[in-house]
Amino acid sequence: MKESLGTTGLVFNEPLLWEKGKKGRTGFSVPRRDVEPSLLDESLVREGPDFPDLSELDVVRHFTRLSQWNFGVDSSMYPLGSCTMKYNPKTNERQAALPGFAGAHPLLPADLCQGVLEMMFDLEHYLSEITGLSGVTLQPAAGAHGELTGMMVVRAFHRDAGSPRSKILIPDTAHGTNPASAALCGFTPVPVKSDERGVLSPEYAASVMDEDTAGIMVTNPNTLGLFEEHIREIADIVHDKGGLVYVDGANMNAVMGIVSMGDMGVDVMHLNLHKTFSTPHGGGGPGSGPVCVRKDLEPFLPVPRVVKKDGKYALSWDFPKSIGKLQAFYGNVGVLVRAYSYILSMGKELKKASQLAVLNANYLKKKLTGVFHLPYDRPCMHECVFSDKIQEERKITTLDMAKRLMDYGFHPPTIYFPLVVHGAIMIEPTESESRETLDRFVEACRAIAKEAENHPQLLLESPTKPKARRMNETEAARKPCLAG
Amino acid sequence: MKEISELHFAEDVRYAESHEWVRQEGDKVRAGISDYAQDQLGDIVFVELPEVGSSFSKGDEFGTVESVKAVSELYMPVGGEITAVNEDLEGQPELVNNDPYGGGWMIEISPSDQGEMSSLMEKDAYLEKLKG
Amino acid sequence: MRYFPHTGEDIKEMLEEIGLGSLDDLFGPIPEDCRRHGELDLPGPLTEWELNARMDALANEMAVPPDYRVFLGAGSYNHFVPEVVRQLLLRSEFYTAYTPYQPEISQGTLQAVYEYQTLTTRLLGMEVANASMYDGASALAEALLMAIRVTRRQKVAVSRLVHPFYRNVVQTYLAAPGYEVVELPYRENGTTDLSGLQDLEEYAAVAVQSPNFFGCIEDLESQGKTVHSDQKTLFVVTFSEPLAYGLVKPPGELGADIACGEGQSLGIPQSFGGPGLGLFATRQKFVRSMPGRLVGRTTDKDGRPGFVLTLATREQHIRRERATSNICSNHGLCALAATMYMACVGGTGFRDLAQLNHDKAEYLKDGLRKSRAEIPFAAPTFNEFVVRFPAGFEATRDRLLEKKMVAGIPLSPFYPEFPDHYLLCATEANTREDMDALIKEVGS
Repeated sequence: MKESLGTTGLVFNEPLLWEKGKKGRTGFSVPRRDVEPSLLDESLVREGPDFPDLSELDVVRHFTRLSQWNFGVDSSMYPLGSCTMKYNPKTNERQAALPGFAGAHPLLPADLCQGVLEMMFDLEHYLSEITGLSGVTLQPAAGAHGELTGMMVVRAFHRDAGSPRSKILIPDTAHGTNPASAALCGFTPVPVKSDERGVLSPEYAASVMDEDTAGIMVTNPNTLGLFEEHIREIADIVHDKGGLVYVDGANMNAVMGIVSMGDMGVDVMHLNLHKTFSTPHGGGGPGSGPVCVRKDLEPFLPVPRVVKKDGKYALSWDFPKSIGKLQAFYGNVGVLVRAYSYILSMGKELKKASQLAVLNANYLKKKLTGVFHLPYDRPCMHECVFSDKIQEERKITTLDMAKRLMDYGFHPPTIYFPLVVHGAIMIEPTESESRETLDRFVEACRAIAKEAENHPQLLLESPTKPKARRMNETEAARKPCLAG
Repeated sequence: MKEISELHFAEDVRYAESHEWVRQEGDKVRAGISDYAQDQLGDIVFVELPEVGSSFSKGDEFGTVESVKAVSELYMPVGGEITAVNEDLEGQPELVNNDPYGGGWMIEISPSDQGEMSSLMEKDAYLEKLKG
Repeated sequence: MRYFPHTGEDIKEMLEEIGLGSLDDLFGPIPEDCRRHGELDLPGPLTEWELNARMDALANEMAVPPDYRVFLGAGSYNHFVPEVVRQLLLRSEFYTAYTPYQPEISQGTLQAVYEYQTLTTRLLGMEVANASMYDGASALAEALLMAIRVTRRQKVAVSRLVHPFYRNVVQTYLAAPGYEVVELPYRENGTTDLSGLQDLEEYAAVAVQSPNFFGCIEDLESQGKTVHSDQKTLFVVTFSEPLAYGLVKPPGELGADIACGEGQSLGIPQSFGGPGLGLFATRQKFVRSMPGRLVGRTTDKDGRPGFVLTLATREQHIRRERATSNICSNHGLCALAATMYMACVGGTGFRDLAQLNHDKAEYLKDGLRKSRAEIPFAAPTFNEFVVRFPAGFEATRDRLLEKKMVAGIPLSPFYPEFPDHYLLCATEANTREDMDALIKEVGS
């Protein structure tokens, strides 16, 4: 093997913020005081919060060092399944930071904020084009938030039709947010099993679908990286009993320009801008989860909505059937600007992004079969799922292999999800990775599989190269220490 | 996780399908989870127990047991009123791992139907079920 | 295209390796009747330089400082953000990283979030804070749902002086599972009136905002006592301007069981209302009922201190439909920005900055008072306040807009009983000169 990508190096220690600093230091340019002090009643006033006082360089070194302990897409390949860790274009950051966007108050009169309203209106239109669904809301702050919004739309539709329903069908391969969002909306999740080919079976769906079921939540492509080939039939089964089809669009990166969700019988879906549309994951957020709906579901979308009249844009609240509001203002506009910039930068090439994402995944699937066990030996979409079955007899688990990958300079794939595969390893390379990077990743996996055979101790002790070794998660949960 | 042969199965208790054990103690019974159950769960970090005085039927959920990465529901092996809960588990959930049939006991029940106990499995039947 | 590394040769060889002839063949498993016909009808692709021009053009059609002088708060505040914060946030190991599920290579994010959780508890006077939620409004909704879970009661009371948009979000969240929201009226002095609250034992929570939507500081201490006359009911305090707690006693010291609200003021750009930052803090005894992520301190295999996501069994990826919430992401980068901001400003600085905000608003208040306007609510305020202008102020407001001054917002769309009242705000970013200009225009 070529020299390992992961190496050792000088990494700095850095204490906690309040372990540094000295009273009286400051890292802030205090704004000029041009008004007289005015005192509040003593009884209302406090001493000031117990924050450390730090100089500017104290702050800069602190966070610079912390950042060096981290791993980002900019560091190395990050093949987390269903997360779509594609490259975050730098030009998007420039656009989001423009003072016209960053400095805008959300309650400006419409005449004074035409630029951002136009951007939002256009973005809705682009997402509608990509999904094939005409109505769009940009309000939800994240994928799970979009799912909740979608579930509320489904609920509102049924109540409006005079037939409130209590259940919702959810595949056993679904992401945990699906049943959680459904439950938040008052629905009882009914599990739907996938068949031995890893996709939903229309027979099973028909057996559980009834007139008390509001619909089905499907992820397509699903979390096994497979296209739900019976989706049209299943949509018909659900529609026949008056239900709606909700699609979790987390895996949209496989099918942009390839399928039209609207034409497949999908009624409502959400998108993850921080996955498919290149906005950064930010170490856990912020994301954005727009929801797209069929025309007759548009009246239920959250308010306000961006409207265009006589060439001018405005926010309208005049939607009496709307489900209401999901966040204080109109959406994560800073994130929307980035997605908008990405779509303008890509245009029709979005289709190529999907094609190359699927190419990369299938390439990895071919090269890793035999290194890891492949539970569903079929062409995959943009991600593929393996398991630790081959390594089981050496008592090496998915977790051990994931930890060892770090020493080789790669972020581990998603592990132990979906639940239907024991010891699942879900790999999504995205279109951003070159063939050379993929080959290096395969080399590393081969080396690790070999170590599992001959030197399992290396895996059990890993990782050894990053700033920290495996954490005592048991103590962290038994005796939670959540603040210093 | 251990092999079945490495696990311990107390003789003086009966076992439910859902891996709880019950031991007769005078006119009340004590319950917890088997060595197999704690081994499957891994390091226990938290046990959620019912309020003393509450009543449940056989098979009802009375609480949950958590490890770092999983949660399992606990089901009443027999029906009745909860007369005591093991308060030690709050500060020492590891008792369930280390001493599942003794210090790791969870609830004390005043059974509503003494007959329900006899429908539970004895040690050998439970072992057979685990192997099968 | 610069985001695709694949050359024609790469594609050809990779397809050969897989045993396919073309990129289209990759989609064989997709049934014909699911395939899209026709190309994507989208503009572009634009070059980087064309994109810059397009975005500059859009951004130029926006009324923002310093070109416009804006005296508006109501949930979004114009505060100075140090360049240090902007630049540190661009360290790509922070912003291109995922959620820290693999702690060994995410100690940067994890320690920063632990620091954020800690500073949040210190700011709000509470015992434990989560890794953040989407924004103040959804944080409030989640707080009420948490109270409902903890108390097993079905009803909550929310003050009418909580931000109208926050109340909309609460209604939306609580309507679906069928919980009841009762609205609490306000007193003449501009604070919430709890005196009419009956049958407290039916309520899971009572929620007020402080400073409230009128800018007034609520009497949290006595409100807390009223709410706690029932042993179980939770006292929830929300806010849209956390800077106030640099000067004013925090909710945790005055009886709040949950303190939650908007953190945008802490180093996050206004950005037309999002992304924001949902601060959420509570008492230790409620920690297992809290929604959202939590970072805990522990040690690693070598005994060195480190940080890890913990108590995950509350969350959706494990508990699924029985989770404390459906929330998956937090607003990680925004929480990081807030931590950097609080670090830059420091404890001493935070108090001084809060005092300055208060003083700026008092100056504007005084000036307007002398200038034919009335200050209708007697309760003390922080950096926002309500003004009653003489009838016909709309014409003055339009004139002000032409002079590039935005004089607050009218209350009437939310409080129809106040046709002539406006909500104004002054922060450290509004100069005395600017405020004098506004006062002068109003008076003329």
